Amino acid sequence: MQLPDAEVLFKSLAKKIQSDVGKDFALVGIYTGGVWLAERLHQELAITQPLGTLDVSFYRDDFDKIGLHSQVKPSEIPFEVEGAHIILVDDVLYTGRTIRAAVNELFDYGRPASISLATLVDRGGRELPIAAQYIGIELELPADKMLVLKREDNGKLSLDLYDKSFAE
Amino acid sequence: MINRNPQLDENGVLQHLLTTEGLPASILLHILDTAESFVGVTERDVKKIPLLRGKSIFNLFFEPSTRTRTTFEIAAKRLSADVINLNIAVSAQTKGEALLDTVNNLSAMNADMFIVRHAQSGAAHLIAKHVRPDIHVINAGDGSHAHPTQALLDMFTIRRYKEDFHNLRVAIIGDILHSRVARSQIHALTTLGVPEVRVIAPKTLLPKMVERLGVHVYHDMAKGLKDIDVLMMLRLQNERMKGANLPSPEEYFKYYGLTPEKLLLARRDAIVMHPGPMNRGVEIDSAVADGKQSVILPQVTFGIAVRMAVMSILAGNQV
Amino acid sequence: MKIHIKNGRLIDPKQGVDAVQDVFIAKGRIIAIGDAPSEFQASRTIDAQSLVVCPGLVDLSVRLREPGLEYKATLESEMGAAVAGGVTSFACPPDTDPPLDEPGLVEMLKHRAKNLNQAHVYPIGALTQGLRGERLTEMAELNDAGCVVFGQPDGLLPNLRVLMQAMRYASTFGFSVWLRPQEISLTNDGVAHDGEVATRLGLPTVPVCAETVALSNIILLAKETGVRVHLCRVSSAEGLAMIRTAKQQGLPLTCDVTVNHMHLSDMDIGFFDSNCHLMPPLRSYSDRDALRHGLLDGTIDAICSDHAPVDEDAKLLPFGQSEIGATGVELLLPLTLKWGMEMRLPLLKVLAKITSDPAQILGIDAGCLSVGSAADICIFDPDYYWKVTPSAILSQGKNTPFLGMELPGGIKYTLVNGHIVYER
Repeated sequence: MQLPDAEVLFKSLAKKIQSDVGKDFALVGIYTGGVWLAERLHQELAITQPLGTLDVSFYRDDFDKIGLHSQVKPSEIPFEVEGAHIILVDDVLYTGRTIRAAVNELFDYGRPASISLATLVDRGGRELPIAAQYIGIELELPADKMLVLKREDNGKLSLDLYDKSFAE
Repeated sequence: MINRNPQLDENGVLQHLLTTEGLPASILLHILDTAESFVGVTERDVKKIPLLRGKSIFNLFFEPSTRTRTTFEIAAKRLSADVINLNIAVSAQTKGEALLDTVNNLSAMNADMFIVRHAQSGAAHLIAKHVRPDIHVINAGDGSHAHPTQALLDMFTIRRYKEDFHNLRVAIIGDILHSRVARSQIHALTTLGVPEVRVIAPKTLLPKMVERLGVHVYHDMAKGLKDIDVLMMLRLQNERMKGANLPSPEEYFKYYGLTPEKLLLARRDAIVMHPGPMNRGVEIDSAVADGKQSVILPQVTFGIAVRMAVMSILAGNQV
Repeated sequence: MKIHIKNGRLIDPKQGVDAVQDVFIAKGRIIAIGDAPSEFQASRTIDAQSLVVCPGLVDLSVRLREPGLEYKATLESEMGAAVAGGVTSFACPPDTDPPLDEPGLVEMLKHRAKNLNQAHVYPIGALTQGLRGERLTEMAELNDAGCVVFGQPDGLLPNLRVLMQAMRYASTFGFSVWLRPQEISLTNDGVAHDGEVATRLGLPTVPVCAETVALSNIILLAKETGVRVHLCRVSSAEGLAMIRTAKQQGLPLTCDVTVNHMHLSDMDIGFFDSNCHLMPPLRSYSDRDALRHGLLDGTIDAICSDHAPVDEDAKLLPFGQSEIGATGVELLLPLTLKWGMEMRLPLLKVLAKITSDPAQILGIDAGCLSVGSAADICIFDPDYYWKVTPSAILSQGKNTPFLGMELPGGIKYTLVNGHIVYER
């Protein structure tokens, strides 16, 4: 199937955020795709608060099934979470479990005033009561497909679709 | 008969951490990399993560060591595991309560992990060999054999300060003969690609054929410390200070104790490490232990993160 | 009972015989070899086609664990194991609890063993009381009770003055003294050979010099006292070289090696395999090679099993805390055959090391197949291979470094005094 252009989606996502909240908030990207997006948003929207990054490996609910990811990245929240307005950024929103883990982790840094969620693609299939406030596009995808964000050496973002069985 | 490395399963996945010997560099580096993430966690206000929630970790200390036990306990608690401390008195052992009976009883209490400290070399191997297959064993020091988490936290510390292992000269100084720490350090250093590892000690404190482990042997601090980037001091046990191994702590300090003067023989940016607890004035001078080249306190901090990493990786590696 | 063993390959190292010949037995003795005596009516005929018929094996060290240590093994279990291994005579070390230092204990052991009607048991008397290395035992009395030789089995050599006097006293009566050369003060709490393996595993060591220093003392004292000395369980190339020299000088020395040390080295300890916790410790590969060649050139006179059944719990401990020893009496023939095959030796020469040579060291009339001698015979299939498993071993001790290995040599019949005491 023809996938939308990630760069176009990014622009529209950035615009939605800007028109809604301006730039008075903190951005936190979720590894790996969410961090790429958050870096671009941070620049594009000229956010003053330093960028936060989260690796939710330590908060996942499937640790007993799959163990620890081979490359865990350090989470870094270089601003005061207590009382902050935070936009959490991830590339693809699906079951909602990653976001649950990310929210839990954020609360271990402090009590934010608010958290909203921005995602490039919302592909439905939620297993938890979680919704994104800023969405690039909504896509219906079969359950056996895996949608991932890629970044080329020049920084250009694109979407790619895999068979789940192939990815495993 | 060729025996498979008892730490790895048939797919080469780490199931127990018993020694640094025979582990591929990829596994050692994975532990160090994971530990980097945990350093961040230990610096937060909330120092706890839910990774091992509901897991039961038993500290089985057949040899008392409050210090080591505490670091494992902190690490386990920061991972939200339940920690049960058992100091199994040596007297119970000699009375005939077999080591494996103790272990089997604890397994029946649905343990997920055993942290084992024992005065006999090979105790952790024995337990790992006979324990239920879903239980992971971490060796917290067995006799003079191995102390892998200490060696790993030392590697972590070296990487933090020296970045690359491939251009270092490292000296391990002191009682190599009786030291499980030294053995684990040597294997970790050589596996991670350190080109020159030296041991410096009087001949009474060196095991036979130690050079077969891939180290260069020195008996003289002046020669041994030349061009050294990392000094790893060892603790000299009280009972070895006098008698057939050494004449006196004073003479040992004079010839092998690390003083500011001797430290000048190493590279100017050399770091000084010690696994603790230190005998100040025996193997190390206070001016060095508290000096600006000392990384002894950071070692302790990193020790928690490294042990968190080892526990998380093992707990996640299902059989 | 009259027995006719027919078609077997008769091998008698003492007489240098290796030929297909029949053996005829009556009243517990061999009455003819080759042709049947006139009017011989066999009550039992054993067809030994493609089997080897040789003297019953003689083992210089089998522990029965009686008296005192019956939880490890019993007289019944180990006597049964011995004949299952083709062993018809063996020496048993005095390291029982209490040690064999009183005539009463020795008589009891002999009596109990005799009632079982199996292998002949030759107790080694304790050289010193309680094996403590301080006071001499009543050697002459012990000899009357059945001790043929005297020893200190654990490498617990007495201080040199006591040792010298014990040797003198033994030589007064013509007894030989059996000693395991190991200097205690150089042993400490050592459990492994002082080499690369122990260095890697962090195990306390027994250096080679513990053996050579003790050997040097023993050899000098043997010269001084004129006693016949048997050196038990030599383990190192250096020690072996000293023995070779002493023998060349004409000293009345003999020595043995265990089946474990002639096949294994410290490398076999692997990841702390407590079945390899032996004493003397398994030494380096080159030591092992020297021992194998020492057997060949005659410096080492005999092979023994150093049978030491250990209960399973005592081995399920960290290496250094696990109990020393391995079961072995049933492996004496297989491991000797294995050595012979690996060294490409004729069976005649190989079997001498476990028949005629140890019999001579022990000073007993055994280990040969001549007309008139007691019918102690071992019949085995040299081409049969079997796997060493706990259930394949009759001994109560199941601990051996050879568990899981396939070994040659299946015992088919064991005869003691003309009685079939084992067959399968």
